[in-house]
Amino acid sequence: MALDDRKTDFTFVGTRPNRPDGLDKVTGRAKFGADMSAPGMLHGAILRSPHAHARIVKIDTSKAEALKDVKAVVTRADFADVPFKPGLAGEFWNVLENVMAGEKALYDGHAVAAVAATSALAARDALKLIEVEYEVLPHVTDVDKAMAPDAPVIREGAADYSVPEGMHPNVVRYHESGHGDVDAGFAEADLVLEDSFVTEATHQGYIEPHACLGLLGNDGKGELWCTTQGHWIAQKTCAALLGIETSQLRVTASEIGGGFGGKTTVFIEPVALALSRKANRPVKLVMTRSEVFRATGPTASASMDIKIGMKNDGTITAACGEFRLQGGAFPGAPGDMTAMCAFAAYNLTNVKQIGYDVMANRPKQAAYRAPGAPMGAFAVESVIDEMCNKLGLDPIEVRLKNAAHEGTKASYGPRYERIGLVETLEAAKAHPHYSAPLKPGQGRGVSCGFWFNHGGETSVTLALSEDGSAQLMVGTPDIGGSRASMALMAAEVLGIPYENIRVTVADTATLGYNDVSHGSRVTYASGLATIKAARHAVEKLCERAAAKWDIPVEAVKWENGCAVPSGPNAGDFDPMPLADITAKMGRTGGPISGHFEATPEGAGVSFGTHIVDAEVDPETGKTTITRYTVIQDAGKAIHPTYVEGQFQGGAAQGIGWALNEEYIYGEDGRLQNSIFLDYRIPVASDLPMIDTVIVEVPNPGHPFGVRGVGETGIVPPLAAIANAVSNAAGVRMKQLPMSPPRILAALKDNG
Amino acid sequence: MVEVHLWSGLRSLTGGQQVVEVEAKTTGDLLQELIRAHPQLEGPIEAGVSIAIDGRVIATGLTEPIPEGSEVYLMQRLRGG
Repeated sequence: MALDDRKTDFTFVGTRPNRPDGLDKVTGRAKFGADMSAPGMLHGAILRSPHAHARIVKIDTSKAEALKDVKAVVTRADFADVPFKPGLAGEFWNVLENVMAGEKALYDGHAVAAVAATSALAARDALKLIEVEYEVLPHVTDVDKAMAPDAPVIREGAADYSVPEGMHPNVVRYHESGHGDVDAGFAEADLVLEDSFVTEATHQGYIEPHACLGLLGNDGKGELWCTTQGHWIAQKTCAALLGIETSQLRVTASEIGGGFGGKTTVFIEPVALALSRKANRPVKLVMTRSEVFRATGPTASASMDIKIGMKNDGTITAACGEFRLQGGAFPGAPGDMTAMCAFAAYNLTNVKQIGYDVMANRPKQAAYRAPGAPMGAFAVESVIDEMCNKLGLDPIEVRLKNAAHEGTKASYGPRYERIGLVETLEAAKAHPHYSAPLKPGQGRGVSCGFWFNHGGETSVTLALSEDGSAQLMVGTPDIGGSRASMALMAAEVLGIPYENIRVTVADTATLGYNDVSHGSRVTYASGLATIKAARHAVEKLCERAAAKWDIPVEAVKWENGCAVPSGPNAGDFDPMPLADITAKMGRTGGPISGHFEATPEGAGVSFGTHIVDAEVDPETGKTTITRYTVIQDAGKAIHPTYVEGQFQGGAAQGIGWALNEEYIYGEDGRLQNSIFLDYRIPVASDLPMIDTVIVEVPNPGHPFGVRGVGETGIVPPLAAIANAVSNAAGVRMKQLPMSPPRILAALKDNG
Repeated sequence: MVEVHLWSGLRSLTGGQQVVEVEAKTTGDLLQELIRAHPQLEGPIEAGVSIAIDGRVIATGLTEPIPEGSEVYLMQRLRGG
């Protein structure tokens, strides 16, 4: 898309006003997924498999259906037997299979039936009366074991074209890329280090569980209220799974209490609609925390082998990585993304990366901020840190020496446009944190991180009101303060105060299609669309002024919220403020609105560098993060406070992933820690102040220079923390999380 | 002609070639011509690919122009969280 006039001087952009949704959220007025009710509403509950892998021989729902409070029971038959869109294929089929099990339960927690009753208690009680006969099958939950020749096959024929012959059927995707000659590169090296790393699956840990209210009539018309990162994808998927026309289902996104990638698909929404269609009443479904853990997408778990060659001066001569990612009982683990991102921070002559997508008897993985990238960074950056230690080199100097820059051939193929990695490394080197003395028992770690970012399909409408205020309708749920950044960008173009713009997340019936709020795309793509929609409205405002002044529209320009003559030859007219034009717009041509619908391309990749200090208690194995600094390229920070919030959030979640969070499966294949007491995310008292530095190297693909910031922040923490902990403990930590028992074991092994 | 650099995992589908040449003025033409020249590439292309033109990543668009002499890479379709 042509970006004509790049803007560098800003009035509103870069300021820090309060978020427009803040008051509603702190006073409890904001409506989240579970806050909606409807007359005659029923409550749903879902029966879930207690087995990791089992054939469903028979389901008898008759006793549950006989209860007077029960108004509907559904099983897979209520989805598969659809009149309009039979033969679901590809990811739609995977989602359907995940939403409600077909012939087999594929993981502990897999939905097998659901009930709608007059109360939540009655619905839960009714589940106990559903009789399911299972034939328990062998299971596997570990990625390396799932690839072994004797592993139970989860689904024959799930592998695609990419998988080399001879691999186990649980390997469903294969990726290989790179350039140069790695063997020649290793031969040039003074030091070659090879090591293996493991990370466990973690959950996005959003505080708000999945919740929805669905209403679907037998006429095929429906309404859905749900907490989601993307209500158009919810609309499209639910319509396909229920066999109704997409446009007949209106979906409204509630406020969202965290998503981080985990709310980019559907779980309970099609179930609520199926129950509603059967009961002919609205049905509300709210997951318990245990259901969230057992049955919604955690990250992939990973097992990785890294080999890097380095000269004595720190120059990397070759790098190889093999990344095996387990993504549950469905294709989709981002082994390709892990491989493509792992070495992306470096300017390498010889590099090769291989990624595997492996199925196991676990819940279907879902995206989690920069899906796949943090694990790869953990493995690669750990090896680089170890090599710096062995060669006595400064870790930031080594990264600077090998850093990718504009024109570098990326490890995943193309050459970079203007990127800001070097700037983040220089800022890290100059930051007081990097030169601050460490106390005994403390260690310091650094790491770089990379993420692609995304554009995606986007529609925005901006409507002006008679009093000169503006309504902006966007279709990307606000997951990180985006209402504020959209209003700032609209204010910048229109020249009216931030407070005069109301931003609404429109439902699927009132705006064109919008992709999910993911891929760090909202400030980039919805922001670009907002700027374009506002410029469209400005064109119309200028036309009205030109008509009033009786001069050509080319002789009018927009300046500080007013139409003004473009030069002395255009005529001598006083500036005409926006509100003067809108006051009469109904009688001078009608309402004034601006629109933009497109798929912006050129999101611009982003890099970050983190510095972490950690202290390890040798008696208990407990790690304390004593200092943390995030440095990341934001391109242009529209609302710096919320950019900093994204940086800090990435670091906080990374601390949890690195130190404590993990899915723990028993020998029986059942999840052992499905509540927050046992699955420990960091709380405020676990965290230091997380300092932030915003680097701004403008993205050439955005009118204001924006790069997405939502995901890159979680890429470096695992490695940076592991490096700090390893340096503090004096032993290389190769498995996440670095929980106290693992640290004690590593210390013991190290003597 | 546009030189299209493939990721190395695709070599098995193009008779060992990692760089293939096709006639294309847009990203949509390019994918169509790739399938015409190498029918086995239909699998990965249908599964979803992105295209980098002189480093600028086109995630999904089929109408992006490909200027003469630009460096073009086929990439796995990007996903986000």
